[in-house]
Amino acid sequence: MSVSVPAPAGARSTYADEVVLPQDGGTAAVRRLYVPIDSGALSLGAEETAAAIAAEAARRGIAVDIVRNGSRGLYWLEPMVEVVTSHGRIAYGPVQAEDVAALFDAGFLDGAPHRLGHGLTEHIPFLAGQERLTFARVGIVDPLCLDDYRANGGFDGLARAAAMAPAEVVQEVTDSGLRGRGGAAFPTGIKWKTVLGTPAAQKYVCCNADEGDSGTFSDRMLMEGDPYCLIEGMAIAGLAVGATQGYIYVRSEYPHAFRTLEQAIDRARAAGYLGPDVLGSGRAFELEARMGAGAYICGEETSMLESLEGKRGVVRAKPPLPAIAGLFGQPTVINNVMSLASVPVILAKGAAFYRDYGMGRSHGTLPFQLAGNIRHGGLVEKAFGITLRELLYDYGGGTASGRPIRAVQVGGPLGAYVPESQFDVPLDYEQYAAMGAMIGHGGLVVFDDRADMAKLARYAMEFCAEESCGKCTPCRIGSTRGAEVLDRILDARAHHRPAGKELALLESLCDTMLNGSLCALGGMTPYPVLSALKHFPRDFGAQDKSAPAAA
Amino acid sequence: MSTPPTPSPIPTPTPQASAASCTTPAGDRLQALVDARKALPGAMLPILHAIQEEFGWVPPEAVPMIASALNLSRAEVYGVLTFYHHFCTQPPGRHVVQVCRAESCQAMGGEGLEAYARATLGVDWHETTADGAVTLLPVYCLGNCACSPAVRVDDDVRGRITPARFDALLAGLRERDAERAGQEVAA
Ligand SMILES: Cc1cc2nc3c(=O)[nH]c(=O)nc-3n(C[C@H](O)[C@H](O)[C@H](O)COP(=O)(O)O)c2cc1C
Ligand code: SF4
Ligand code: FES
Repeated sequence: MSVSVPAPAGARSTYADEVVLPQDGGTAAVRRLYVPIDSGALSLGAEETAAAIAAEAARRGIAVDIVRNGSRGLYWLEPMVEVVTSHGRIAYGPVQAEDVAALFDAGFLDGAPHRLGHGLTEHIPFLAGQERLTFARVGIVDPLCLDDYRANGGFDGLARAAAMAPAEVVQEVTDSGLRGRGGAAFPTGIKWKTVLGTPAAQKYVCCNADEGDSGTFSDRMLMEGDPYCLIEGMAIAGLAVGATQGYIYVRSEYPHAFRTLEQAIDRARAAGYLGPDVLGSGRAFELEARMGAGAYICGEETSMLESLEGKRGVVRAKPPLPAIAGLFGQPTVINNVMSLASVPVILAKGAAFYRDYGMGRSHGTLPFQLAGNIRHGGLVEKAFGITLRELLYDYGGGTASGRPIRAVQVGGPLGAYVPESQFDVPLDYEQYAAMGAMIGHGGLVVFDDRADMAKLARYAMEFCAEESCGKCTPCRIGSTRGAEVLDRILDARAHHRPAGKELALLESLCDTMLNGSLCALGGMTPYPVLSALKHFPRDFGAQDKSAPAAA
Repeated sequence: MSTPPTPSPIPTPTPQASAASCTTPAGDRLQALVDARKALPGAMLPILHAIQEEFGWVPPEAVPMIASALNLSRAEVYGVLTFYHHFCTQPPGRHVVQVCRAESCQAMGGEGLEAYARATLGVDWHETTADGAVTLLPVYCLGNCACSPAVRVDDDVRGRITPARFDALLAGLRERDAERAGQEVAA
């Protein structure tokens, strides 16, 4: 990831580890700034901001070292520039290129006040309240700098794992209580144990980085902002189960994350963290990033395996479990990016440290993602047990539009629409399941009071029809019929006709999809549809059974 | 210090330049891309990506080449090629503009942006403007949902898109095209 900022003397515009001092023999200290290279920050102009800072510094004869970091996850402040001062890192944002000269005038290099200033980054309430275990380094380090990674606890977990017996590593992950962050919340250690216990000449670790759910971006942020964390987690998985080859399946919508990973893999291999002899353990682990090709269904694990094998992403029937017969028919660990990236801290600090976060059977932390119509969108890593209300108001600050929140879709396009009456239920896998919802990958998409829930239900069916792999009828045909039924419901609503018969049909169709689909695409598309219907019946032209009669 | 220098990416011709030249891509170049990857486990997607990256699309003559390299039928290769939304079997315009249609972007007025994009470009989804400049595609989440609504222009994702910002992006593309055309004339 070479940065295209025209660098003045003394600026560091690539990930070189050494700062080039000014050639004029200047003695002034080199001022260090951080400008994110995260694709969300870039989407708001971070590249232009970095270039403007470099140019302005050159014009003023100030030597600057511009480090391109990941995002801290405060997207309403992106591009967020941080200046290193003797008190710590001070944040300014959102900084557009045209703000740069005024920031220099105000003395931002010394942390001086400015209307875009937010004080010490760590003290910004959105960040200060978080419990960042998986995201401990994201936004803090230079993503490709191995020294930065090591200086912040990187590779401690791998070093410990390399000195342990494989079964002990698996036990540690089991004891941590870590459950899969990709959606199904299956205990990670149990999955690893199956792979460890299945003898084979070749085993694999496959990282699911397909992150197709709307409202989610934590995998992307981590791959762009702290790629070694994922690499370390995968190497630990490889040592734990006896797999010597890993693949990261990255969606094609993430070209930037893909390039970062490729560079990080090369560097990790050159430094001995990957390759024939991982950290002197005498055991091999090779890793390769592979690009997906724009199919949502390839996030389903068996479809992902088909895709990695070079086939159409058609879902496989289970059994056999991928842990027994996965990639190329061999025992395979498949885990989400967040699951694997949580493993290094578990190994470094011990299972009990991780397990103590959370509630009930939901241990540890989850990086929640605040998206959609939200004032302070971004990433909030917190222990399980926090409520939607806290996330939406204390962190998110309510809607971006300033209007009331009507519904929140939790857990991606297959997740339920959660109404205000359920905002106080703790985010815990079991409690969410009990109310017919799911936490999934932790994405929260907020809608204000203008949302048309019947149209959103129609969209859910349309999306399922568009992305269905076509293997089973309830999904392939059912979703198309579902969209048609919803069209008739919308039409009836527009003409003030009763839609009772169509609504009954919709419910029975959803029932068929729920019970007759091979995978969760067909099987869970009814979740958003039925939750919208249940909580917002008037949008469908139905009677609101729960509403007060006089309303 | 111990970190090795950044390896520079392998230089490849820009896809836009090749796609714009409209000639059938050279068969031996295709064959070279296939041959360089055919020994990879699960080589199909890496091969298709390499071809699309260089040519901007996957030309039909690639199908029999891949089939014979991977010992598959043409129908199998074609089946894979058409399963994935990412691969183009028609040459796209000089630029590809993707507008996100997924929920988070909808919550921030994405539907209005979709309509605006179609009206401004005068095309529907999957169509290319008459001047060959832009192909418009729908996309379902760009992972930029904290900055909705989002679009992707070639490889660059852009967030918080208003009609004015959309216009500015298109103007930027036209400017770049004009510059390139100028350079070609000068060369
Ligand atoms: C339609 C569909 C899409 C999915 N998409 C993803 C995805 O993008 N990323 C992911 O990690 N898991 C996804 N999953 C879940 C995977 O099938 C699988 O459970 C997961 O990758 C296992 O990893 P984990 O145990 O670490 O969560 C999806 C499942 C379905 C049914
Ligand atoms: S439910 Fe849909 S996506 Fe899943 S296997 Fe069946 S057809 Fe394929
Ligand atoms: S929903 Fe549009 S970027 Fe995620």
